[in-house]
Amino acid sequence: MRDAEFFRRWMAAAAAAVEREADRLTELDSPIGDADHGSNLLRGFTAVRAALEAEPVPAAPGAVLQLAGRTLISTVGGASGPLYGTLLRHTGKALGESAQVSDAELREALSEGVGAVARLGGAAPGDKTMLDALVPGVAALGTSYRAAGSAAEDGALATVPMRARKGRASYLGERSIGHQDPGATSSALLLGALADVAEPAGAR
Amino acid sequence: MRMLINSPQTVVTDALRGMAAAHPELDVDVERRVVVRRDARAGGRVGVVSGGGSGHEPLHAGFVGPGMLSAACPGEVFTSPVPDQMVRAAAAVDCGQGVLFVVKNYTGDVLNFEMAAELAAEDGLRIERVLVDDDVAVTDSLFTAGRRGTGATLFVEKIAGAAAEEGAPLERVAALARRVDECSRSFGVALSACTTPAKGAPTFDLPDGELELGIGIHGEPGRERRPMMSAREIAEVAVGAVLEELTQIGPADGPVLALVNGMGATPLLELYGFHAEVARVLAGHGVPVARALVGNYVTSLDMAGCSVTLCRADEEVLRLWDAPVRTAALRWGL
Repeated sequence: MRDAEFFRRWMAAAAAAVEREADRLTELDSPIGDADHGSNLLRGFTAVRAALEAEPVPAAPGAVLQLAGRTLISTVGGASGPLYGTLLRHTGKALGESAQVSDAELREALSEGVGAVARLGGAAPGDKTMLDALVPGVAALGTSYRAAGSAAEDGALATVPMRARKGRASYLGERSIGHQDPGATSSALLLGALADVAEPAGAR
Repeated sequence: MRMLINSPQTVVTDALRGMAAAHPELDVDVERRVVVRRDARAGGRVGVVSGGGSGHEPLHAGFVGPGMLSAACPGEVFTSPVPDQMVRAAAAVDCGQGVLFVVKNYTGDVLNFEMAAELAAEDGLRIERVLVDDDVAVTDSLFTAGRRGTGATLFVEKIAGAAAEEGAPLERVAALARRVDECSRSFGVALSACTTPAKGAPTFDLPDGELELGIGIHGEPGRERRPMMSAREIAEVAVGAVLEELTQIGPADGPVLALVNGMGATPLLELYGFHAEVARVLAGHGVPVARALVGNYVTSLDMAGCSVTLCRADEEVLRLWDAPVRTAALRWGL
């Protein structure tokens, strides 16, 4: 079973990963976006970390993720703010108010969160968006957290030959082909961070 | 990178501090990033609120004032503002008549304004939204996020603001705004990429002697790259592309509002020369220019280049266009 402290550590690990990779995310966002994905997420996750340190950690896992989601919506802007915020808020809502959640419950809740992201963005796998990492990543949670992290990373890599159909990259048409999607890349970081805190033995 | 800034992190805040100092007639909340017309609630009018990423100045904060926007929310550079800003702006300008959100068609702006509209409605405000999507360079909209919102934003904000100033009800202001958007089309050209403060390097490489056709306003490359052309040739391509779509939505010889908009780094000398070519091409097509505006209004940081926006205008739109406006960047008749 996972408690609120586990989810706080997940968010802290995600913030650390975003901090580590911010420049790379911005670099990936340069040819097909507007070169700010890293700095935007860094601003958001820095605020998430501050929110989760400043306040007493909410007693329920669901409340931790909802607080993180609300904080991202209020600080990131762009498309990433509402999309990441929705992912975490809906996942948190699906977890309910239990103080402890099982891995199966987390898997189920994450599926709902990913579904909410797909609805909000009107996107599907293959559109070269964060869903290309999230969908295979969450599917692989059935195997292990580590498998989920790897599947998400593979999913992000698989966006390279895709043509973007959503977001700003879609305006490039064919010219979006050949670039890795920054949103899929940061989504892989989020699931990688989850793997790191859930299965630290297999640390990368 | 050489920029007149303190740091990439404070660039938006610093600009707002400057705006507050230069324009005491505006209520600038630097911390929360909301720019409000001081007398927004005095007239019992519909509120007209817009916002978007920074880097497009004077859009939108430069258009806050009598006859145009009631409030604007600047986001980070090229990044949509967050819902908190829009909710705050709506609350600051609402006097019971409702608020119109003018939203450029970019995924981030659409999503954040959507969330803001929901939150404001929960607070009891009446909110209408109009989406600006005028960029003809994006054609296969089934496979994209739809046409981008660019230069027509100025037309929509001016006409909606004038209608609100006259005391038109929310539904009327929204309907006019939608009509202006539907009757407007734009096409942009880049002669250089722009440099975002966060990245500190050009967002794409544009070799000497080439230009990029069909660009938006966020430093993203366009649809096609060609060897450099003369102003005359560029005007033919741009106006041709815009007219091709405009003829599908109005009388081919009807009068238009014309905006020749600089992207930020192209001098007025070039913009006026370009406008001469635009006017010549339009005359060749038998399209009368009812009103023209030339200058830097919807920019893309330090990008060189320009866009052309045309709006098929009826008498009501022309009357509202001519109505007095007093903002930092656009003012006449007052």
